[in-house]
This record gives sequence, structure tokens and C-alpha cells, in this order.
Amino acid sequence: MPHIALAEGVPGIRGPMMLRPETARPMNELVDVLLRGPHTLSPGERELIGAYVSARNDCAYCQAIHGAVAAHHLDGNEELVRSVKQDFEHAGISGKLKALLAIAAKVRESGKSVTPEDVDRARQEGATDFEIHDTVLIAAMFCMCSRYVDGLATWAPENPDFYRQRAARIAAEGYTAVTAGITYSATTSAA
Amino acid sequence: MPHIALPERLPGITSAFAFRPETAAPMRELAEILLRGPGSLSSAEREMIATFVSTRNDCYFCQTSHRAAAAHHAGGSYELVDAVRFDYPNAPVSAKLKALLAIAGKVQQGGKNVSPEDIQRARQHGATDLEIHDTVLIAAAFCMYNRYVDGLATYTPMDDSNLYDEMGARMAQEGYITPAGHAAAMP
Repeated sequence: MPHIALAEGVPGIRGPMMLRPETARPMNELVDVLLRGPHTLSPGERELIGAYVSARNDCAYCQAIHGAVAAHHLDGNEELVRSVKQDFEHAGISGKLKALLAIAAKVRESGKSVTPEDVDRARQEGATDFEIHDTVLIAAMFCMCSRYVDGLATWAPENPDFYRQRAARIAAEGYTAVTAGITYSATTSAA
Repeated sequence: MPHIALPERLPGITSAFAFRPETAAPMRELAEILLRGPGSLSSAEREMIATFVSTRNDCYFCQTSHRAAAAHHAGGSYELVDAVRFDYPNAPVSAKLKALLAIAGKVQQGGKNVSPEDIQRARQHGATDLEIHDTVLIAAAFCMYNRYVDGLATYTPMDDSNLYDEMGARMAQEGYITPAGHAAAMP
């Protein structure tokens, strides 16, 4: 049961976002820019970074939904998503993405854990400053989202089909559009 | 030295914001709503939660700048915010704020650490659901900002209390939407 009164039957981050649309809007804008905006990393690669950090954070909802969105962008390859979550160094992904995931793993522990060697490795694999920046921020952002979702004890459905269906909608419409469709409670918006 | 080529002479998060304005805009807006928007917790209280979490995350730039912002808000002072940073159970703040700081401290470690007892204690001291929500989100958001600032090894002026005091005054008075950090560029 959630720690505070959230709309019933609304899973994961969408419950608190309905309670507080004022903060939901910039959060979803940030997610859209980072995961779906114009980029040299594909949406699938960026979602893999998000899913990986969420898995390491042990956030059931975040890792399930972003894993499903990643798989949707990667031709439905759920096995690849699983292998990245479990052991990305041996997953079937580029050397550049492995180096970026290594940076994301450090950021998850603490920003201070990222070393010049981590950054050098990513550069040697062809990563740009822009890609390194966004990897750090994606990892940092998921450290926020996981804490938000779990810190309020939100509901995470167990059925994988729920996440597959939702992922298809997110991939088609984006994060901002999906939450814009929520009918917000007027009682909280003036608080 | 920063890990990537960030604009020079801008301190901390402002250099990363200048590097990537597309992500800076929603990040600034989120800080503005959480720390300065309408709410039943004072801005000094909210900035103290942010400073406390940034201190636990050992982010020098964030804890020093938000410490100054907290001190510049009505009801805040450097003495008070330092008492909260280092020993909030014995700080001269309300029992409600102590209970919310306890929740923020749990969120800093991981969202799953927040227990029903933590929430119950906050409620017993008069915290509303929205205050609990915002406390969780402030703590979570600063786990993002802190990692962003340190994960890029942004330029961090040290031992410059005037710089941070002026920065905090601007953060408290002008807020986060205007790129206040630009005015703090080092000469």
C-alpha cells in the first residue's frame, strides 16, 4: 500500500504524478528530452541505460517499464535487455555503450565515483562529451525516479504484458503526452 | 577539472546547465516548484531538506549553495541550517520538520528504506500527504542534482564564503528559473 493517498489502480510513478501535476510536468519534460529527444544515442540505447540503473536501484516499476520500452525500441529483444541488466560487459551491445553503462553504474553509487579513466574509456570507444553528459544525467535522473517511486511505496503491477502494452504507447506518444492524458485531481493543484 | 568540456568559469551545476539548456529548463523549473513554489512548508524548511540531503551525498557545491539559500530565506540562518545538516534531531526546528528530515534521510539511502513508521511519525506531528510527497521528491531530486554535479566533476570553488553567500541570496530572492549562476561566473 502506498505511504500516502494516491489514486487507486494507477501504477508506479503515475500515482504521485497525478497527485502533484506541477512537478510531474517538468519531470516528464526532462524524461522526454533525455530519452526521446534528438540524439546520437538511439532511444533504445538510452532506455537501456535507464533500465540498467533502475535494476541496480532495485526499483521494480522503473526497471520493468523502461526495460519494456527499451525492448520495444530494440525490435522486441527482451533477452538483450535482460542481459544488459544482469551483466552488460558481456551483453551483445557496442563497446561504446558498455563504457557508458560503466559510467552510469558509477553515477548510481555516487557522482564522485566517476573517474577520469571511466571517461577516457568512453572516449576511446567513440563517445562524445554530449553522450557522456547525457549518460551521467540519465543515470542521475533515474536515481531520482527510483527514489520517488519506492519512497512513496507505489504499486507495481506484476504482469509483464502490462508493461509491454504501456511501452508501446510510450514509444509511440512519449512521456509528456502519456501523462498529459491523466485527469488530474483539482484538489491538490492549489496546495 | 571537469570530465567533459563545460563552459569555463561557471560554478557547479550552472556550467552543466549552460552545456545542455534543453535539460536545464525542466531541471530549473522542478527546483523552482519544489523549493520556492506555493506550499505549506516554508522555503527555508524546504531548502534545509535539500541542504541536508546534499550534505549526506557529500556534494560540496550543492550543500554550500543551498545552505546559503536556506539562510537567506525568512526563518533561516546559517546557524540553524548547520544544526540541521549535522545533527537535526537536536536542532531547534519543529518536530514535524525533524520527522520529514528522517524521511529525507531514508530516501537518500534508497526509496525502499522509508517505513510506514516513518510516515506515521510525520503524520503524528501534523505533516500532510502533500508535505510528505514533496519531502520525498525534494530528497529524490537532490539525489539527481548531486550526482549530476559530481558525476561531471563540475568546477567547484572552495572556501569562498562570499561567492556562495551571494549565490544563495540570489537563489532565495530570484529563484531558479533565471540563470542566476551566470551572474556568479568567476572574473
